[in-house]
Amino acid sequence: MNYKTLGKFLTYKFIRLVILIIAVSIISFLLIDLSPIDPVRAYIGEMAVSAEQIAKLQAYWGVNEPLISKITNWVGNILQGDLGTSLIYRTPVVDVISERFTASLTLMFTSWVISGVLGFTLGTLAGMYRGTWIDKTVKGYCYILLAAPTFWIALLFLMVFSVYLGWFPTGLGVPVGKLAADVTIWEWLVRLILPAITLSLLGVAQIAMFTRDKLINVLSSDFVVFAKSRGESGWNLIKRHGIRNILLPAITLQFLSFSELFGGAVLVEQVFSYPGIGQAAVAAGLKSDVPLLLGIVLFSTIFVFCGNAIADLIYKFVDPRIKEGESYEQ
Amino acid sequence: MQEKLLEVSNISISFLQYSAGLRQSNLKVISDLTLDISSGEIVAVLGSSGSGKSLLAHSILGILPSNASLSGKMTYLGKDLNQKRKEKIRGDEIALIPQSVNYLDPLMKVSNQVIGECENEEDKKSKLLKQREIFEKYGLSKEVDDMYPFQLSGGMARRVLVSTALISNPKLVIADEPTPGLDEKSVEETLNHLRQMAQDNVGVLLITHDIDAALSVADKIAIFYAGYVIEIANVEDFSGNGENLIHPYTKALYNALPQTDFKLTTGHQPLHGELPPGCPYFERCDNPTEKCSNNLPILTEISDKKVRCYRANEFKNNNVAIKEESSDELHHTDEIGSFEELNYSEKLDYIEEKDSSKEAGV
Ligand SMILES: Nc1ncnc2c1ncn2[C@@H]1O[C@H](COP(=O)(O)OP(=O)(O)OP(=O)(O)O)[C@@H](O)[C@H]1O
Ligand code: SF4
Ligand SMILES: [Mg+2]
Repeated sequence: MNYKTLGKFLTYKFIRLVILIIAVSIISFLLIDLSPIDPVRAYIGEMAVSAEQIAKLQAYWGVNEPLISKITNWVGNILQGDLGTSLIYRTPVVDVISERFTASLTLMFTSWVISGVLGFTLGTLAGMYRGTWIDKTVKGYCYILLAAPTFWIALLFLMVFSVYLGWFPTGLGVPVGKLAADVTIWEWLVRLILPAITLSLLGVAQIAMFTRDKLINVLSSDFVVFAKSRGESGWNLIKRHGIRNILLPAITLQFLSFSELFGGAVLVEQVFSYPGIGQAAVAAGLKSDVPLLLGIVLFSTIFVFCGNAIADLIYKFVDPRIKEGESYEQ
Repeated sequence: MQEKLLEVSNISISFLQYSAGLRQSNLKVISDLTLDISSGEIVAVLGSSGSGKSLLAHSILGILPSNASLSGKMTYLGKDLNQKRKEKIRGDEIALIPQSVNYLDPLMKVSNQVIGECENEEDKKSKLLKQREIFEKYGLSKEVDDMYPFQLSGGMARRVLVSTALISNPKLVIADEPTPGLDEKSVEETLNHLRQMAQDNVGVLLITHDIDAALSVADKIAIFYAGYVIEIANVEDFSGNGENLIHPYTKALYNALPQTDFKLTTGHQPLHGELPPGCPYFERCDNPTEKCSNNLPILTEISDKKVRCYRANEFKNNNVAIKEESSDELHHTDEIGSFEELNYSEKLDYIEEKDSSKEAGV
C-alpha cells in the first residue's frame, strides 16, 4: 500500500470530520435553542425551588446569554473534553455515553457481523439459484423486512419469544433488584440475544438483496461466460469469480449501513428496554436533557462518519484496479 | 493425419424479444449455418461487425445467453455434440480465445487466470510451469504473471488470451476476432500463433471481419452475409480476378480488396429481423432470377466448395454476363481525407454505413 496517499487520505478525512462536527453542533444547537426545551425546568423536575435558585441555575446554564456565546461556550468546553452533565442521570455526559455506547456497540457489532455474514450467504445462494424456490424465499423474506417498520418487527419478536414462549426476559437491561455491576455475563448475554437477533434479521435484507443482484450481474458477465467455456462450473466457479468480485462491494455496503444500524438500534433498544445509547437518546429527548442529547448527536455523527470513511478506504485502497490504477487526488 | 473435428449443420440462433407492448418476436441472428473443420486446418468465418460471429463461437461452446435459442445439429469427432457434451469437453478439447480483455476476471492475477481451475497443488505447479513457458514463448515477462487485466496493454492482453487456449492441449481452438486493435507486427505475430497451432494438428476456427487476416492464414473461408453463410471457398480461390469465386457477394468482396480495384456493389446487408423471404443478397444482386426474390437458396456443394445461390453453376462457369458496375460510390476520398488510409474492413464498414444512412434519409 502507498503510505503517502494513505496519509493524505486520512488527513483529508480528518479535516472533513472536524468540519462535519462543527456543522452538526451548530445545527443541533440552533434546533434545540428554537425548540421549547427549557433545561432549567428539566433539571428541577418536580422539586420545589425558590426563585433565587432558579436564577442561579439560569446563570449556570447560560439561559439568558446570546446564542453565539452559548455556542462558543459549549464548543470550548467540548474541546476540553467536557460535554457537560446529564440532567437525568446526574453524571458527566461523557460517562453516560461511554457506558451506554459500550452496551450499544456490543449489540450493534454483534448484529452487524451476523447480518453481514447471513445476508451475504443468503444473497449468494439466491443469486446462484436464481429463479428457484431458494431465490424466491430469500427475496420474499427481504421484501417483507424492507417493507415492515422496525419497531413492529421488534414488538413481534418480543411478543413471540418473551411473552408467549418465555425464553427471554421482556426487558430491563438489569434484572430488578440487582446492581448493574453485579450482573453476570450470562444475564447480560440473555438480554443481548433477542435485540441482537432482531437487529441482525433486519439488517439482512439490504445486504442480501445487494449481494444477490451483484452476483447475478457478475454471473452474466463476459468473464464468467469465458470461465464456463474453460470448463469451470458450480460452486468453484462462484468461489473463483463470483465471490471474488462481490465481496468487496458487499463489505463496503455493510460499512455504509452504519446509519441504518444506529437508527435500528435506537428503536430496538427502546422496545426491548436495552440500556444502550439509543434508549438514552430517546430518554434525553423526552426529558429535555440537552447536554446528553447534544453529546449523543456528536457521538453518533462520529460513528456513522467512521463507517463511511472505512467504506471509502476499502474502495480506494483494497480494490487493485483503483489502488494501482490512480493515486488519490483531492 | 486429418480427421473431421467439428461439423455444424444447419444451425440457427435466435433471440426471444419483447417488442412494443408484450408482443414477443423472434430475432434471428444466424440462419441455417453449416460448417466443418478438420484437425490441422484453419477455417475462417468472415462477417461484418454485429453479424453474429461471436454467437457462433459461443454456441459451439454452449455458452449462449439464456434468452438465445439454438437449433440445428453439431457433431464433434463424429458424435453428437449436445449441451451436456459441450459442458464436458469445453476447456479441455475445445478452447475459446475470447474477443476482448473483458473476458478476463478483473480481480484475478493473469497467471492464475491463464492456468484456470486446478485440481490440486501439484496440478497447479505444473500448470504454472507450463504457463511460464508459453508466456516466455510469447515474450511476456515475469512481471506480467502478477498483473491484473487492466494493467495489460492491448498487445499483451491479446497474447494472454491466446495463452489461455494453449494450457490444456485442445484439439479445436476457436479464435474470436484475435486481431483488431493490434499493430501490424502484433497481428502477424498472432496469426503466426494460429499457424503454429494448425501445424501442431489443432483445428482452428478463426472468426474475424478482417479479410486480410483470413486470407493470410486460413485454408477455407466461410463468408457470412445477413446471418447466412453464402459461400465456403478455398483460400486459393481468392486469386487472379476472383474467377474461381462463385457467389456474387464474395466476388464483390474480393474485388473490393485494395490489391484488386476496390469495387463494391451498392446497397447494404439486410438487418437481423428484416430478412427477405428469398435470397438474402437479392437486393444487391446484379443477375437475379425470378425465384430469387421469394425462395431461399440452400447451401449446396459445388465441387469442393459450398455456395448458397440458385445460379451457382452458371456463375462458376462464368456463364453470366456481369453487368458493368459503375464505381461512383468509391469517390469518397474528398469527403474524408483519410479514406485511403483506412484498412479494408474499415472501408467496408464505412461504405455500408453510408449506404444505410442514405436509405434512412440522413
Ligand atoms: N443477449 C442478446 N439478446 C439479444 N440480442 C443479442 C444478444 N446478444 C447478441 N445479440 C444480437 O446478436 C447480434 C450478433 O452479436 P455478436 O456479438 O455475435 O456479433 P459479432 O459478429 O461477434 O460482432 P462483433 O464484430 O461486434 O464482435 C448483435 O447484433 C445483437 O443484436
Ligand atoms: S440466389 Fe439469386 S439473388 Fe441470390 S445471389 Fe444467387 S442469383 Fe443473386
Ligand atoms: Mg464478436
